Amino acid sequence: MSIQLNNLTLAYERHPAVHHLTATIAQGEWLAIVGPNGAGKSTLLNAMAGLTTAYEGSIEGLCPDTVAYLPQQTQLDKSFPITVFELVATGLWAELGFSKSLSRSQHKQCEDAIAAVGLQGFEHRMINTLSGGQLQRSLFARVLLQDQAVILLDEPFNAIDAKTLSDLTQVIKQWHQTERTVIMVTHDLDYVKQHCPQTLLLARECIGHGLTKDVLTGENLERAKQLSEAFDERARWCMQGAM
Amino acid sequence: MTLRQMSLTGDAMSHAILPGAAIAYLLSGLSLIGLTLGGLVAGVVVAVLAGWVARSTHLKEDTSLAAFYLISLALGVLLISLKHSPVDLYHVLFGNILALDNAALWLLASIGSISLLLMAFLYRPLVIECVDPSFLRRSGRASSIAHYSFLFLMVINLVAGFHALGTLMAIGIMILPAAAARFWVKTLDGILIVAMLISFIGCYTGLLLSFYLDLPAGPAIVLSLGAVYVASLFIGLNGGLLEKRHTKRHLTG
Repeated sequence: MSIQLNNLTLAYERHPAVHHLTATIAQGEWLAIVGPNGAGKSTLLNAMAGLTTAYEGSIEGLCPDTVAYLPQQTQLDKSFPITVFELVATGLWAELGFSKSLSRSQHKQCEDAIAAVGLQGFEHRMINTLSGGQLQRSLFARVLLQDQAVILLDEPFNAIDAKTLSDLTQVIKQWHQTERTVIMVTHDLDYVKQHCPQTLLLARECIGHGLTKDVLTGENLERAKQLSEAFDERARWCMQGAM
Repeated sequence: MTLRQMSLTGDAMSHAILPGAAIAYLLSGLSLIGLTLGGLVAGVVVAVLAGWVARSTHLKEDTSLAAFYLISLALGVLLISLKHSPVDLYHVLFGNILALDNAALWLLASIGSISLLLMAFLYRPLVIECVDPSFLRRSGRASSIAHYSFLFLMVINLVAGFHALGTLMAIGIMILPAAAARFWVKTLDGILIVAMLISFIGCYTGLLLSFYLDLPAGPAIVLSLGAVYVASLFIGLNGGLLEKRHTKRHLTG
């Protein structure tokens, strides 16, 4: 199912973070969302994950149960006494619920996910002994296990080294081949040009959406840069769409 | 509660049940059912009010809880003192473990059993919610079920604890063993087992001390648990202060 953003406005205390955005994201697309700080990228992802409600407009074609989301800042409590394996296995929550135990094949699935992000041998490490990048990889493995049709990644390569970056890219490529929709926020334009077929350039409003090479032009990037980051305290009410 | 970083929440809640118990006491004296119901109602009301204020204003939950429990505590002490009987105030604040009758023991045992069963049922979502609350919140209703059931468990256990140890010290038997256990073991299963052992030993030692040395039982128990905690703090093998100071040796990789 494709995802439709209809005239979507998301705001903080009435100041828009995403302003009248209309776009269609087809199923199986690998879309990069790029733009300057404060452009509304994470806010948009949050809304798609069902965590923020729209001030105006709507998101259609997305059911919260079919979305796996790797946020930029998790509220994860790193000091909690739990192992990497257990953390990754929480990705099976939707299947296991309150009481079912791991079947042998699910156990194997967890091990495979841990191997796919290059963390073999870390299964029984407590999460408070992990580095930032290793923790990010564990969370990536959890997304792998959630096995959803739509995958939202917010700056997934933060604190990730070059070797792991290529491992994780392989994982995303496999998702892409199996017709999953991958939507990814990043600042790495070279990565986007090399890997992501589609791009949405955001600066609160949509600057460009389509094939990466058409969107990431010098002219568009220059326009995105013009975004003033601070909210205008004396901004007037927006009348767009009020007619 | 220590793992959910709710130690102070628990402390606040234990004060919050006081006015409920006080009103029940004014109405029905030191009756078991009266005090239990009164404490339960007051606990639930304060927990829900504090949660509601935290969600609908910019106050954090701990601040709003502190506000409510201070009001409750003052109200509770005021209400009890209306009856001009300092012995009773002492009883409600500090409990009297040696005066528990059979009915009270049945009540405590039932609350204990219910808690154990409910904990077993809630174990997984609670653990996930402690590690990464936003993850569970995105995956359905389990998060709020776990959260509110946990609050409920906390309140009924505090009410059970206050018959024995009084409202002010009921929380000690929940927090101290768990805090001490973290200085001995790394894994969650280990912490649960060690905490249970510590609380058993602490309660038993406290009771013996109070019997032979003629001390009040409640404080004797909490102090025994406190002694275990302080000892663990220094000699604990998992991050205790002495261990940290002496192990400068490290492995090669």
